[in-house]
Amino acid sequence: MITIVMGSFQSLPDDHQYRTLSQKTGFSLEQIAILHNRFKQLSQNEETLRRDDLKTIQDLESNPIRSQIIEAFFDSRNFQKDVVGSVEEIGFEEFLTVMSYFRAPPQHITEEQREEIRRAKLRFLFNMHDTDNDGTITLEEYRHVVEELLSRSGALGRETAKGIADAAMLEVASISVGPMAPDEFYEGITFEHFLKVCQFVRLYAEAT
Amino acid sequence: FPGLLSSPGEGALLGLCASLKPGRAASSPDTGTGHGGSHGNKNPGNGTTYSKKPFPVLSFDYEHVRLPFEISLWVLLASLMKLGFHLIPRVSSIVPESCLLIVVGLLVGGLIKMVGEDPPVLESKIFFFYLLPPIILDAGYFMPIRQFTENLGTILMFAVVGTLWNSFFVGGLLYGVCQLEGHKLAYVDLLSCLLFGSIISAVDPVAVLAVFEEIHINELLHILVFGESLLNDAVTVVLYHLFEEYSSVGSITFMDVFLGIVCFLVVSLGGIVVGAIYGILAAFTSRFTSHTRVIEPLFVFVYSYMAYLSAEVFHLSGIMALIACGAVMRPYVEANISHKSHTTIKYFLKMWSSVSDTLIFIFLGVSTVAGPHQWNWTFVVATVIFCLVARVLGVVGLTFVINKFRIVKLTSKDQFIIAYGGLRGAIAFSLVYLLNPKHFPMRNMFLTAIITVIFFTVFVQGMTIRPLVDLLAVKKKQETKRSINEEIHTQFLDHLLTGIEDICGHYGHHHWKDKLNRFNKKYVKKCLIAGERSKEPQLIAFYHKMEMKQAIELVESGGGAKLPSALPSTVSMQNIQPKKPSQDRALPQLSKAREEEIRKILRTNLQRTRQRLRSYNRHTLIADPYEDGWNEMLLKRKKMKELEKKMNNYLTVPAPPPDSPTITRARLASDPQAWGLKSVTESIPTIKVDLASPQSPESVNVVDEFSKKGSQPKEEEGGLTMKVPSPAKQRKDKTPDEEPQQRLMRCLSDPGPAAEEEDEDEPFLP
Repeated sequence: MITIVMGSFQSLPDDHQYRTLSQKTGFSLEQIAILHNRFKQLSQNEETLRRDDLKTIQDLESNPIRSQIIEAFFDSRNFQKDVVGSVEEIGFEEFLTVMSYFRAPPQHITEEQREEIRRAKLRFLFNMHDTDNDGTITLEEYRHVVEELLSRSGALGRETAKGIADAAMLEVASISVGPMAPDEFYEGITFEHFLKVCQFVRLYAEAT
Repeated sequence: FPGLLSSPGEGALLGLCASLKPGRAASSPDTGTGHGGSHGNKNPGNGTTYSKKPFPVLSFDYEHVRLPFEISLWVLLASLMKLGFHLIPRVSSIVPESCLLIVVGLLVGGLIKMVGEDPPVLESKIFFFYLLPPIILDAGYFMPIRQFTENLGTILMFAVVGTLWNSFFVGGLLYGVCQLEGHKLAYVDLLSCLLFGSIISAVDPVAVLAVFEEIHINELLHILVFGESLLNDAVTVVLYHLFEEYSSVGSITFMDVFLGIVCFLVVSLGGIVVGAIYGILAAFTSRFTSHTRVIEPLFVFVYSYMAYLSAEVFHLSGIMALIACGAVMRPYVEANISHKSHTTIKYFLKMWSSVSDTLIFIFLGVSTVAGPHQWNWTFVVATVIFCLVARVLGVVGLTFVINKFRIVKLTSKDQFIIAYGGLRGAIAFSLVYLLNPKHFPMRNMFLTAIITVIFFTVFVQGMTIRPLVDLLAVKKKQETKRSINEEIHTQFLDHLLTGIEDICGHYGHHHWKDKLNRFNKKYVKKCLIAGERSKEPQLIAFYHKMEMKQAIELVESGGGAKLPSALPSTVSMQNIQPKKPSQDRALPQLSKAREEEIRKILRTNLQRTRQRLRSYNRHTLIADPYEDGWNEMLLKRKKMKELEKKMNNYLTVPAPPPDSPTITRARLASDPQAWGLKSVTESIPTIKVDLASPQSPESVNVVDEFSKKGSQPKEEEGGLTMKVPSPAKQRKDKTPDEEPQQRLMRCLSDPGPAAEEEDEDEPFLP
């Protein structure tokens, strides 16, 4: 995953607030300051960030899954447990919480904690796919994911997207559930199945 | 003698004899003992006057074909050895192949020596120009780029810093030992020792590949050790030339060191640039080969070899050039060439590299017997010990530094394997062999020491690494094939991380990777990939490849009881297709009688279709050996049952959104009853093969027909009302009928980028 570049920063205005945030999200104080600056830049110095503010980022234009990324910031599941639905605007705390999913794990943690962090990250990914908040990724949602990925290829992409999504779904079903009778119905990818499928998600990358 | 040429054959034979005669005359007349008696002994030794003698019906002349004959003999020997090892199961699982081959080489060398001849030595020129390139090209062409770039920092650290550390440590300590030793070794000066150190400290790609391929450790370790062995070539080249140049002078100034560093950068980057240029040329050439598919593989090989040689011209790193060439050209060439060419390239590379590899080890053995040796206990033992110690210290120290920058840290188990896997091999041997004995009087001693180290690493470390891997429970390579899910999620993650970086305003390596990808897509792919394929996104290309593989597997396995593992026969589309809840059904419930009527209509229609399919099968396809054994009744019954099942779905469940080809195939393939009869099923795949090729316009149209009606559920159900059963059904009838035809055609012809490919099963001769 990514690391935040240490840059220069001015004196920290809300030191106490930062400290609580740091404890909550695990970022260091400097990182929080940098992100706060960015937040202020994006939200034009207001207290809250809206979707349109994120849409103004130019580099994001060419990203095929742009809308899903932006949605993820406004998805309540990612800030608070057991709350579903999306919000219109977020504060700095929520922004930071979402960002914390992409933090590199700290050095000296136990195997359990590492597993927990990994689960949280995969949960975030899962939530991105599961747009209707029902806890499973259905075939439709999966198709939507593939379509978005291929959204730059026009009609060709749309037709193959179905085939690709179907094949992928078949694979997940056969890995997670195994043999199924013809009239059994596979509801969708639950989080547990998702974990199984995403075992390969290698975090072998080096930090830059 | 200008003979009476009655026939061209005779003339040729006469010509041959005539050309042989001067040859025989040139060699001394009394070689009767050498190559057997022949008509030559009648030759008075005077080339001009020939005495009349009986016409030579059969003659024996070995000298004429000596060189190619010997080469072929060696290659044959190497291949037979390889064959033999794999026939003896127990031995090959304990002892790695490289060890066995060296032993064979020793034996052969011993034999030759006993006969009295001089055993051939592994000449450096042959090694560097003919034996090494295939192995490196094979490695470079099939290099997993993603893992390589992800770990590039680590690999470079090991390759550059590690090798430097090793050379200086070994060289310096050996010098100390030599000085301490006093009388016999005192003449060995510092620069020679450093030169020796630099030669011996380089991890050898050939040896690493040979051993690591058999132990199947996880990809990370494999790529680390292997990448290191490839990239340290630049360091070795520079150090070698540096020390060799200046050893005659006797001293090195600071300026020389500085120039050495510059040289290193030039050598490595230059090598890469040369390789990349040739790679792009190869990719560009492959864009135009759609009409001459036969010579496609040749371009890949020749361009790569030219890259290697061109780099060697400037004394740049040939290995890095070769790797860069292979890695750069691969994505574009693979998009352009036909499937058969791809297979050809793969198999030729594997074949050549395998033969090279075998020959290298055999020759190492032979050269050991042949080479001039000078054994010196102190020096040799010191070398071996220092090499081991240097390697361990180097790996441990570097890992300590590297782990600060890595997300996935290298554990001590990993470190052990990396250190233990640092095998030395034939490159070191050849480099020492190149040394000029005049400048380096201790060359023979170096040779002996290097051979000892090579033997030690290959035998001891090579043999014990496998049980150690098992003992330490090092993670093995995952045997799973790259799945479509993996591809989807990898791409998704890439985009996600790039997006997050953009939101942060941070230009991390995902950002640059994404920029590179977009540049690649926009400009480079358009130049280098022919036709429509240039616009194909990676995900689709991957999907098509996967489908192709599955289809081929399906056909190859006889389409029978054994289904390819990638296609889950246990889960069919019925299982994941969302069944619409019954209250949404707008269409009236069909009474049982009506359903039966519909089924009868379908059945009669289908029978006609089946007959058509079968006749198509007989005439157009290659004769199926099992065709005669068909029981036609069985076939009819089977197809009826299976199509009935399909129709059941259509009747009781409102039509699902237009079936993607995957669905059709999954339905057919996963139908349990279809595979009931084994003996007959072998011939069925000719119909059942449903290559999903949505790329082609035809199949897209077929699907489009549905999609026009298909998007909203209401409309689909409208299509199933009682008023219009036949057209809807007949259209569905057509799909199993039409598509196989199109797909069978594609099955026959070579699937290249253009849809109207000609059949490549025609003979090659014009």
